[in-house]
Amino acid sequence: MDVVIGQLLTGMSTGSILLLAALGLSLVFGQMGVINMAHGEFIMAGSYTAFVTQQVLGTAGVSLPVALVTGFAVGGLLGVALEATLIRRLYHRPLDTLLVTFGVGMVLQQLARDVFGAPAVNVTAPQWLVGGVELFGTVVPKTRVFILVLATLCVLALTAVLRYTAMGRRIRAVVGNRDLAETAGISSRRTDLTTFFIGSGLAGVAGVALTLIGSTSPTTGQSYVIDAFLVVVAGGLGQLKGAVIAAFALGSLQSFFEYSTTASLAKVGVFLVIVIFLQLRPQGLFSLKTRSLA
Amino acid sequence: MTTFRSAVTTAHAWGSPSRWRALAGFALAAAMLFGLAPAVLSEFRLNLLAKFLCYAIVAVGIGLAWGRGGMLTLGQGVFFGLGAYLMAMHLKLADAELRDGPGSVPVFLQIAGFTEVPGWWAPLASPVVTLLAILVLPALVAVLLGLVIFKRRVKGAYFAILSQALAAAFAILLVGQQSVGGSNGLSSFHSFFGFALNDPVNMRMLFFIAAGTLLAVVLFAWQLTRSRYGELLVAVRDQEERVRFLGYDPANIKVAAYAVAAAFAGIAGALFVPVVGIVSPADVGVLPSIAFLIGVAIGGRETLLGPVIGAIAVAWAQTTLSEQFPSMWTYAQGLLFIAVVGFLPGGLASIVAVLKRRSGTVTKPGVRHATAPEEATA
Repeated sequence: MDVVIGQLLTGMSTGSILLLAALGLSLVFGQMGVINMAHGEFIMAGSYTAFVTQQVLGTAGVSLPVALVTGFAVGGLLGVALEATLIRRLYHRPLDTLLVTFGVGMVLQQLARDVFGAPAVNVTAPQWLVGGVELFGTVVPKTRVFILVLATLCVLALTAVLRYTAMGRRIRAVVGNRDLAETAGISSRRTDLTTFFIGSGLAGVAGVALTLIGSTSPTTGQSYVIDAFLVVVAGGLGQLKGAVIAAFALGSLQSFFEYSTTASLAKVGVFLVIVIFLQLRPQGLFSLKTRSLA
Repeated sequence: MTTFRSAVTTAHAWGSPSRWRALAGFALAAAMLFGLAPAVLSEFRLNLLAKFLCYAIVAVGIGLAWGRGGMLTLGQGVFFGLGAYLMAMHLKLADAELRDGPGSVPVFLQIAGFTEVPGWWAPLASPVVTLLAILVLPALVAVLLGLVIFKRRVKGAYFAILSQALAAAFAILLVGQQSVGGSNGLSSFHSFFGFALNDPVNMRMLFFIAAGTLLAVVLFAWQLTRSRYGELLVAVRDQEERVRFLGYDPANIKVAAYAVAAAFAGIAGALFVPVVGIVSPADVGVLPSIAFLIGVAIGGRETLLGPVIGAIAVAWAQTTLSEQFPSMWTYAQGLLFIAVVGFLPGGLASIVAVLKRRSGTVTKPGVRHATAPEEATA
């Protein structure tokens, strides 16, 4: 029983990391059909923002909250720059956005390598996150609890923004029916930019959070982006609740597979489960009901 | 296959001018590969070119699946890797057999703690089984994956992501398997079906095999694209629903092209191993899989020769430039990718058509989008 709870907690923790990485992706992919492979590099940019913030401010206790804000801004601005220069030309070629943004990711990675060097850098966790807390008889590192809380807060904030603000209503309108929203006087151009800012900003936040559990290198983002995409695919396009459930399901699945086999077989296992799951629900857990034939 | 032909295929019938032009080009390429290259290139450069030809074989398959079929496959490294590892395992077993007699265990396996050859390896001691496996296994994996994805009508972007996840999982799986060398992979092969690999004459022979295979693969793809099937494939790419309404199953059409592309990649991987002398998880993961695409995109995904020329040019540029400016090459590669895919989707092969259109001499659009319009809303 202890093993089950322990693995479940590990799974929740892995899931919350996946969720943070996938949240922004889900928003962007869902709304605009844009496959942003540079999302991983935006995560990396968030991690380096945390590193730089700590270098400048010195004390870890102050730098983490500051980095969460600056990380959001850095990620968001990178996203806006990408949308305004490249993505907007490619809305009718979704598969090509994948390749173009992959090119952007390559450039950003090399940029990070030239600026910060190829070796990994470390960010010190603040004093109040050192050590662990005991949950159901298992000791969980405080940093992981923090990430779980942060992921929850991000989901709640995003839900609130989408549900209760005028901006959120515009975003949902454009997701639902772009042409009709245009007709109703919503500028889908500006809505797209806003969505991209929020989505990429969330990548920055994820990057800041990831510095708490590992070191940062130019390839940091790469290791998360594929898993994040799988979460989005399994969860259903642009579905917040789908992403949440899929992230925790895949996280737990991975931790249980890892416990019973090896880490490398666990990856393959998770992949197979997703493929089998897509046999049952090709459109993911939840899907938007639209009248489009496609 | 069928006795009747559509109006479009008759235009490509035997004896038409376009066929003669293509045959002339084919003969020219053969002359360059078999005559010019061995005459002017040093042993080292020739071996390098043989490696690039392997990439070009993969590229022909990608051109077929992606350019013609609209299936963006980000996981060709898996099939390349399957072919490569099958060949590498055979070469290892053959080397051990040559040194210590039949059934003996390769040294690296002994170091990893194996006292006997793992059961699933053992059949690869036979050259015939190995060659058959190289031809069949990658295609089989592609058929299985293609069936589960396309039959359920999983769409373009989903397929791309799943194929990429497969590449990631495959590379991670290989790293974890000590029986295939773990993260070091398999290397230092001494012989290739009984021919010593340190002999320059045999290395030259390998180049000719690679060149011959590339020509055969191009010829096969050429026939395929001009057949009725080739037209159906393009039709599925452009208007999948209409093809379905016409009574065809688009899934089968897609699976076939995907399997052919996988088989090409497997063959290329098998050739890569004796040519380069090593295969490791670093050759089969996500990054190499996308590197395959870069050459295809730059050369022109929808053409037959574009992928070949693009793959060779990119690999050549990477080798020569990254020696001198390692970081510059990554920028160049990324920017080239952005520029070509973003602004010249037909690749360099379409540049003439685009320029003509710009200058107003041709009104017909020369560049088609590789993805069907409906996918924008998928």
